Amino acid sequence: MDNWTFGLTMLIVAGGGTFATLVLLGFVVDLLKRIFPLATGKPADDR
Amino acid sequence: MIDSIVAGVSGLGAGVAYLFSQGLPNAIMLAVGGVLLYLGAKKDVEPLLLIPIGMGCVLVNIPLSELGAEGGLLKIFYDMGVGNELFPLLIFVAIGAMTDFGPLLENPRILLFGAAGQVGIFLTLLLALALGFPVLEAVSIAIIGACDGPTAIYVTSQYAPQLLGPVSVAAYSYMALVPIIMPPIMRALTTEKERTIRMGTVKKSVSPTAKLLFPLVVTLIGGLIAPKGLPLLGTIMLGNFMRESGVVQRLTKASENEIANVVTLFLGLAIGGTMEGHAFLKPTTLAIFGMGFVAISMDVAAGVLFGKLMCRLTGGRINPLVGAAGISAYPMAARVVQTQGQRYDKKNHLLMHAVGANTGGQIGSVVAAAVMLSVLKGMGLI
Repeated sequence: MDNWTFGLTMLIVAGGGTFATLVLLGFVVDLLKRIFPLATGKPADDR
Repeated sequence: MIDSIVAGVSGLGAGVAYLFSQGLPNAIMLAVGGVLLYLGAKKDVEPLLLIPIGMGCVLVNIPLSELGAEGGLLKIFYDMGVGNELFPLLIFVAIGAMTDFGPLLENPRILLFGAAGQVGIFLTLLLALALGFPVLEAVSIAIIGACDGPTAIYVTSQYAPQLLGPVSVAAYSYMALVPIIMPPIMRALTTEKERTIRMGTVKKSVSPTAKLLFPLVVTLIGGLIAPKGLPLLGTIMLGNFMRESGVVQRLTKASENEIANVVTLFLGLAIGGTMEGHAFLKPTTLAIFGMGFVAISMDVAAGVLFGKLMCRLTGGRINPLVGAAGISAYPMAARVVQTQGQRYDKKNHLLMHAVGANTGGQIGSVVAAAVMLSVLKGMGLI
C-alpha cells in the first residue's frame, strides 16, 4: 500500500469513524437523559 | 602510585573532556533543559510537566552520567511506565476523576465540536506522509493534533518510540501555548458580529443516574467500535465513574492527587530522559515541532469553521468561538474562548458552553486515537 492510499484511507475511515462514533455517543446521551430525566421537583438551576 | 593518581584524576575530568570534544549536542540540550526549567519555574508554563521534563533533559545530557542507559535511573522510569504505556493510562484515570462532563451532557450535540477539533490529526497525517515519514511515525506525529499529552505518549511509545521525546515535548509545549495560538485564528475566521453572539445560561437538566451511566456507555460503545483504544477510553471512564459514583472518594482523591502527582513526576523525568542530544537534535525533531504547530492550528480552525456552520444551522444561536474549544487542551481552551468572547462583549458568558465543547474535545481526542489504532489493526499495520 502506498502512502497516499494509506493516508486517504485513514482520513476517510478513521476521520469518518471518529465523527460517527461521537454522533452515536451524542444520540445515546440524549437517550440516557430521556430515560433517566432529572427528578421533577428539583428546580433547574443556572450555572 | 603516580599512575593511579593520574588515572583517578582523569576520571574526574572525563565529563568535561567529553563535553568539549564530542559533546556539542549535549551542551545544546543542557541549554534546552534550562529553557524548559525556566519556562516551568518562572513563566508558569505547564510547570508540573516542564520541570520534570527539563530536569530529565539536563540529567541525561550530562556526559557519561549514563542515567538514560540500561540500568540508569531515567531508563528505569521509562521501562517502568512509558515503554509499557502504564503512566499515560494512570494519568487518564486521574483526568477522568477530575473531569465533570456535566456541561457536555447538558447539550450532547456539542460533542460534534470535539470531532471537529480532531481534524488537524488527519490533515497532519497526510502532511507527514507527504514529507516521507513511515506510516507509524506519521500517525505518532499526527496525534500531536489530539492536543492531549497522554494520548500522544501512549500512541508514540507503542508505535514510534524513537520519536517519543520530540512528540511529547511538542504536544505539551503546544498545549501550553494554546492561549497564544488560538486567538489569532479565532479572530481571523469570525466576524465581530459572530463573536458577540450570546448563548444564554446552561440549565441543569442531567440526572445523577445519567451522569453515572455516561462513562459506562462511552466505554461500551467506544470499546466495541475501537477495541484497540479501549485502554485509553476505559481508564478515563474508570476515573469518571469513580467520581460520579461518589462512593469511592478515597480512590477518586488518590487518583486526582497522589497518583496523578507521582506519575506526572516519573513520566516527566522519563520523557526528559529520551532527550539525549545525539538522538534528539535531528532535522526530524524540527519537522515534528513544525507539524505539531500545523496540527493544532488546523484543529482550532476546523473547530471555529464548524462553529460557524452550527451558527448558520441554528439560526445564529451558537457563537462560533465556542467551536475553538473542541480541542482537548482542558480547561485552557475553554478559558481562551471566554476571554475572547468578553473582549468583544463584556457581558457575554461563554464559559460553560466552551467547557462543554472542551470536554467533548477530550472525549473526541481519545476516540480519534482509539479509532485510528483499530483502523491500523484492521489494515494489518500493527
